[in-house]
Amino acid sequence: MARTVTTQRKLVTTVFAWAIGIAIFFPILWTILTSFKSEAVAIADPPVWFNFDWTLENYATVQERSNYFRHFMNSVIISVGSTVLGLIIAVPAAWSMAFVPSKRTKDILMWMLSTKMLPPVGVLVPIYLLFRNLGLLDTQVGLIIVLTLINLPIIVWMLYTYFKEIPGEILEAARMDGATLRSEIIHVLTPMAIPGMASTVLLNIILAWNEAFWTLNLTAAKSAPLTAFIASYSSPEGLFYAKLSAASTMAIAPILIMGWFSQKQLVRGLTFGAVK
Amino acid sequence: MATKHSRMSARLMISPAVLLLLGWMLIPLSMTLYFSFLRYNLLMPGMEEFTGLTNYRYFLTDPAFFAALWNTIALVLGVLAVTVVGGILLALLLDQPFFGQGIVRILVIAPFFVMPTVSALVWKNMFMNPVNGLFAHAAKALGLQPFDFLSSAPLASIIGIVSWQWLPFATLILLTALQSLDQEQLEASEMDGAPWIKRFWYIMLPHLARSITVVILIQTIFLLSVFAEILVTTNGGPGTASTNLTYLIYMQSLLQFDVGGGSAGGVVAIILANIVAIFLMRMIGKNLDA
Repeated sequence: MARTVTTQRKLVTTVFAWAIGIAIFFPILWTILTSFKSEAVAIADPPVWFNFDWTLENYATVQERSNYFRHFMNSVIISVGSTVLGLIIAVPAAWSMAFVPSKRTKDILMWMLSTKMLPPVGVLVPIYLLFRNLGLLDTQVGLIIVLTLINLPIIVWMLYTYFKEIPGEILEAARMDGATLRSEIIHVLTPMAIPGMASTVLLNIILAWNEAFWTLNLTAAKSAPLTAFIASYSSPEGLFYAKLSAASTMAIAPILIMGWFSQKQLVRGLTFGAVK
Repeated sequence: MATKHSRMSARLMISPAVLLLLGWMLIPLSMTLYFSFLRYNLLMPGMEEFTGLTNYRYFLTDPAFFAALWNTIALVLGVLAVTVVGGILLALLLDQPFFGQGIVRILVIAPFFVMPTVSALVWKNMFMNPVNGLFAHAAKALGLQPFDFLSSAPLASIIGIVSWQWLPFATLILLTALQSLDQEQLEASEMDGAPWIKRFWYIMLPHLARSITVVILIQTIFLLSVFAEILVTTNGGPGTASTNLTYLIYMQSLLQFDVGGGSAGGVVAIILANIVAIFLMRMIGKNLDA
């Protein structure tokens, strides 16, 4: 008896949860569907759901008219570049704080975190002027530098919480067996640290890909990543829903897929280890 | 086991990160502070002069400042209300056993990965547009007058868009917290005949309190700096109806080229953000000791 009640309840919950899940996902679904419509069908009233002539025309148009691929590559270069650079700076810092902690380790970590609390608009003017004078406005290098710096605290923090979970005894045992610092890092530490580093990389690429304050303010036509390129659709000409949808779908698809893989690590990274 | 040697190399390994962040903080901050005391407009080069607190006086007595301050608070509180309440309800729902849990979870967290300019433009055009948007189609089908969301209720519409982006974050964190709840405690209270609402109020909510605080604090930090969503939907308008502090300072510095005034605004924004930051730091700091 009890079992049937549970199954019944499970079915009700299933219907309810799916309805809400689809409702929340709907704007994304609608964007993907619209990207395969013609412009006329895209604004049809009543709306057309699935029964239309599917076309890839919009994707071709977006690429042709605005050289979409270049903006896509800007996004790739900027997000991957800032992540790699951030990792190079953060790994040694996190490693030493996790394995050779000192009295000041906690203060340093908290201070790094506090730099993240600085509202970007508070330093917009100086950064803009510095970039202008150094010729860094609208360059990939400039954006890589800024995004590395704004995400560095998150990278250090995430790596620190992961490294912290590697038992120190293993390192000591390796040292007893006569391992040098070098082989200790290569043969003992790296294999254990790879999962944590992978999720740090994933989260950081997502954050850099979607960053939309500095990318909008520091780029123009040449090195604009997708965030800034898509913003150009805010002053539209004629019918553009299907083209906007095609550009949007391509912009969010890679990160959506990465995001789904990193959902567990997301919590930890974004709460600085406060919720695991 | 830390030897003198390893402490030395530890310090060396930290220093690049520390020095870079120190530079990133100190250089622009001191420049902002310095500019805020100057009369400095990019359209009038060579006319810079020290003006004391004039920029602050202008910025803080500008009616646009009060509008922006109010809009900032309304935006933060509005989004927090929707995402925290919605997040708790969704987390409770997703924590129940049902078919396809993994897939529904993926659907629910998806909006968080959509870049701000895409989500704002999709909502603005394909949903909220008074002629071609889906909401307008729905209104017409029901025989109602289509509503022009971004002109008639710009701030509320932006709150809606931003809430959609942040609801997954709150849900995901609260769900993670809920799953760490001791199941035996819940089962025990269920056997004792405690009704659902009592179990929620006395067991689940206290357990979630910490995570709710974390959600509120972290979201506040990000929500104080909402920018792209305003830029691509309303440009802060009509008038100042949807201008927040971040957008006001952006307009003053990069559209009106008033470096001095924009910097004074920047200092004000930093002070406001710091008030929130102090509480957040204390929460996270406590966790480090544990």
